[in-house]
Amino acid sequence: MSSKTKKSDVLLSIKGLKIQGFSDEKWHDIINGIDLTLHTGEVLGLIGESGAGKSTLGLAAMGYTQPGCRITEGEIIFDGVDLAKLTDGEKRKFWGTRMTYVAQSAAAAFNPARRLIVQTTASTIRSGIKDQSSAYEDAQQLYDVLNLPDPENIGERYPHQVSGGQLQRVMTAMAMSPRPDLLVFDEPTTALDVTTQVEVLASMRSIVEEFNTAAIYITHDLAVVAQMADVIKVLRYGNEVEEAPTRQMLSAPQQEYTKSLWSVRSLEKSQQVAKDSVLSLKGINAGYGAAKVLNSVNIEVPKGSTVAVVGESGSGKSTAARVITGLLPQMSGSVQFNGEDLPPALANRSKDQKRRIQMIYQMADTAMNPRQTVREIIGRPLEFYLGMRGSEKTKRITDLLEMIELDASFMQRLPGELSGGQKQRICIARALAAEPDFIICDEVTSALDQIVQEGILKLLLRLQEELGLTYLFITHDISTVNAIADQVVVMNQGEVVEQGLKTEVFQPPHPEYTELLLSSVPEMDPDWLTNLIAKRPQQSS
Amino acid sequence: MTDIPKSYSATGEIGATLQKRSLWARFLLDLKKSPYTARFGMVVIFFYIFVALFAPWLAPYGESQVFPAPYEPWSKEFVFGTDQIGRDILSRMIYGARNTVGIAVATTFLAFLIGGSLGLAAAINRSWLDQILSRLVDVLMAIPSLIFALVLLSIFGSNITNLVLIIAVLDSTRVFRLTRAVALNVVVMDYVEAARLRGEGIGWIMRREILPNILPPLIAEFGLRFCFVFLTIAALSFLGVGIQPPTADWGSMVRDNASLIMFAQYDLRAGLTPLLPAAAIALLTVAINFVVDWFLQKTSGLKDE
Repeated sequence: MSSKTKKSDVLLSIKGLKIQGFSDEKWHDIINGIDLTLHTGEVLGLIGESGAGKSTLGLAAMGYTQPGCRITEGEIIFDGVDLAKLTDGEKRKFWGTRMTYVAQSAAAAFNPARRLIVQTTASTIRSGIKDQSSAYEDAQQLYDVLNLPDPENIGERYPHQVSGGQLQRVMTAMAMSPRPDLLVFDEPTTALDVTTQVEVLASMRSIVEEFNTAAIYITHDLAVVAQMADVIKVLRYGNEVEEAPTRQMLSAPQQEYTKSLWSVRSLEKSQQVAKDSVLSLKGINAGYGAAKVLNSVNIEVPKGSTVAVVGESGSGKSTAARVITGLLPQMSGSVQFNGEDLPPALANRSKDQKRRIQMIYQMADTAMNPRQTVREIIGRPLEFYLGMRGSEKTKRITDLLEMIELDASFMQRLPGELSGGQKQRICIARALAAEPDFIICDEVTSALDQIVQEGILKLLLRLQEELGLTYLFITHDISTVNAIADQVVVMNQGEVVEQGLKTEVFQPPHPEYTELLLSSVPEMDPDWLTNLIAKRPQQSS
Repeated sequence: MTDIPKSYSATGEIGATLQKRSLWARFLLDLKKSPYTARFGMVVIFFYIFVALFAPWLAPYGESQVFPAPYEPWSKEFVFGTDQIGRDILSRMIYGARNTVGIAVATTFLAFLIGGSLGLAAAINRSWLDQILSRLVDVLMAIPSLIFALVLLSIFGSNITNLVLIIAVLDSTRVFRLTRAVALNVVVMDYVEAARLRGEGIGWIMRREILPNILPPLIAEFGLRFCFVFLTIAALSFLGVGIQPPTADWGSMVRDNASLIMFAQYDLRAGLTPLLPAAAIALLTVAINFVVDWFLQKTSGLKDE
C-alpha cells in the first residue's frame, strides 16, 4: 500500500499457536499451529471463510480467547512478553491501552446509555494515560481525523443519535484514543452499506497511517482487505494457506484455494433480451402507517429473466417485495401478474396465485423452522399446493434435492445440522416445490461466504435455464448483480432512480446516485481507494 | 444494514455429518449427566405417581373407612394413627396423593390449554384480539388470586368441577402472558412469514410452526405452574372451600388434625401427625422444582460457571 517509514521492529510474533474450542462434549481444534509476525506500523489482513479461525486468531493476537476456547500450544510474544503465559489480570494491563479492538457491530458494542465521548475516552482515563480534559480534547481531534461531522460536539451524542457508519468510526476513535501499539479490526465494515463503507475504510486507513499503528484487519471481503493491508494472510480450517505482500498476493496467488477465492468475483451472466413481462408494478405507493416507503414505483419484470433491484438499506427494495407478495397491501397502484391484477392483500389471493409467487430469504437460518426436518420443509408445499402424499411425495422430494445438488440422505436432517450454503439450497428447493413462475430472492447470498455464494448463484442460473423461472433479485452487492442479472433497477429512498438492461445501467452516463453507488463498490486493485478518494470531493456524512 | 448471522457454522461445509441419535438414546444420555438434585426429584415424582395410581392396593384401609377410635396414636394397626372421626391417616394420605395431585394435574392442563392457545392467538394476531385478551388478563391479574378464588368459590359453590375451572382460569393468565411473550419472538421469524405466504391457516401456524419452538419454556413453566396450582388447592382446602370431605386431601387433612400439634409436648408423634400431609406437599413441590431447574438449564444452555 502506501509508503511506511519505520517498519523494522517486530511488535508481535506468534509461533506455533494452537487453540481449541469446546463443543459437543469434545475439544475441537480451531487453530492448528499458526505463525504470525507483525511489525510496527504494519497492517496485516486476515482473510478466510466463516470457520477459518480468523476471528479467533485476531483475538489471540491480543492474548484473548473467547469463552469455551483455550490455548493449548504456542507463544504470543507482544513486545517481548509472552501473553499466553500471563493471567487475565496481567493481560488486562495491555488490553484497552496498548492493544485495542474494533468489533463488527458497533451498534451492539456501544453502551446505549452513555455519551459517545465518555465511552471513547473511558479506558484512556482509567489507565491514567491522559486526564479527562486532555483525553476529551484528543478525542475531538480523532473525530476530526476520522472525518466525522461536527467533531467538537458529536461526542456529546448518544449511540442511537448517529448513523451506523459514524458509530463505526467513533469506535475506531475509541480504539485509537489510548494510542495503542496494536489495533485489531474484526470485520468492521461488513454491516455497512457500500457508500458508507468507503468513507469508513478511508478514515480507518488514514488514522492507522497517521499514528503508525500496527493493525490486524479481519475480513472475508478480498476487495476490502486489498485496500487496507500491507500483507495478506489467507486462512482455512485453522491452517495458514499462504501469506504474501498485498500486491504480490493479488497479482500472483500461489495456492489453488487462494486462486478460487480470487476467481469468484469474475462470474458474469450473459444478458438475455427482454420478452413479455410476467410481473409489473404500476405506480405503487406503500408504507407502514403514516410513513411512506415507496413512492410511485414502476418495475417491469420480463418473463424468464432476472431483474436485480439494487439500493442501500432503507431504499425500499424489501418493501417492494412485501407489496408483491401481498404482505403489505399497497395504498395505490397495481401489481399485475401474468396480465391480471393481483388483489393487494394476501388473504384475497387464490391458492394458485400464492403458489406462483415464491420467496427465498436472506437468512436461511430463520427462514426454516428449526424443529422441522428437510423432508417436512420441502414436503409441505408439495402436500399443500399439489396434494402429493406418501411415496409420490418422497419421490418428488428426492428429485428436488437432486436438483439442488444434495442427495436423499439429507431428508431426515434438521436445519441446525446443515451448513449455511446447504440451508440456502433447501430454501430454494422449498420455493421450487411449489412449481412457481416467479421467485423473489431477497439478499439470498449476502450472508454466505464467497465460494458458497458462487455455488448458490450458479445453481440459481442453472435452474432458471432448466425451468424457465423468473427472478426478482434484491441485493446491495454489485458483483452479485453482474453475476446474475439481465436487468437492473436502482432504488434510492423509495423511488426508482434508473431501470433498464444491465449493460445500459452500468454504462455511463449515470444519474448521480447510480454513479455514487457503482463507484463505491470496492475493487481488487490495491490503489482503488486512494484513487477514488483523490477523485471524490471531500465529504462528510 | 445487513447482519451476518452469528450462528453460521462451517461444519457442514466440509461434509462433516453429525452422529444421529434416537430420541430415547439422547434422553438416556441426558439422564446420565443429570445432577443429583434432578435425579432425586424424578425419583420422588415417580414415587408419587406410583402411589396415586395404586392407592387402593397400597392403602391398608378404605379412603373414608371409619373406625371406632378417633385420635388413635401411632401403632402397628394404624401406622400414623387415626383422625378426628377415626379414619386411618396413612390410608387417607395415600388416597390424598390421588386426589390432590390428580386434580392439580388436571387444573394445570386446563390452564395451559386456555392460556396457551389464547396466548398463541394473541401473538399471531397482534391487533384487536391481542389488545382485548391482554387487557382482560391484566384485570384478572390485578386481583389477588387466592382471595379471588375464595370469592368465586363461595358464589358458585365449592365442588371439584368449579374448583378446577376457577383455578385453571385464574392461572391461565400467567400462562397466557408467558406464551404470548415467547411466541412474539417466534412470530417475527421468516419461516412463519413463509408459512403465511404459502397460505397456511392460523391453526397450522400455531401448532406446527410456533408451538414446537416455544415448547421448552412452556414445559418448564408447566412444572412451576403445577406447584402453584397444587399449593393453591391445598390452601383452599385448608380454608375449607377446596376439596370437600369425605374425599381425602392433604390440605384439609392438615386443617382437620391441626389441633393435634398442641399435644406435641406430651407425645411428639401426635404433634407430627398434621405435619405429615404438609410434608408430602412440600416434598413434591421441591422435587418438581429440582427437575424443572435441570430442564431449564439444559434447554436454555445456561451454565453455572
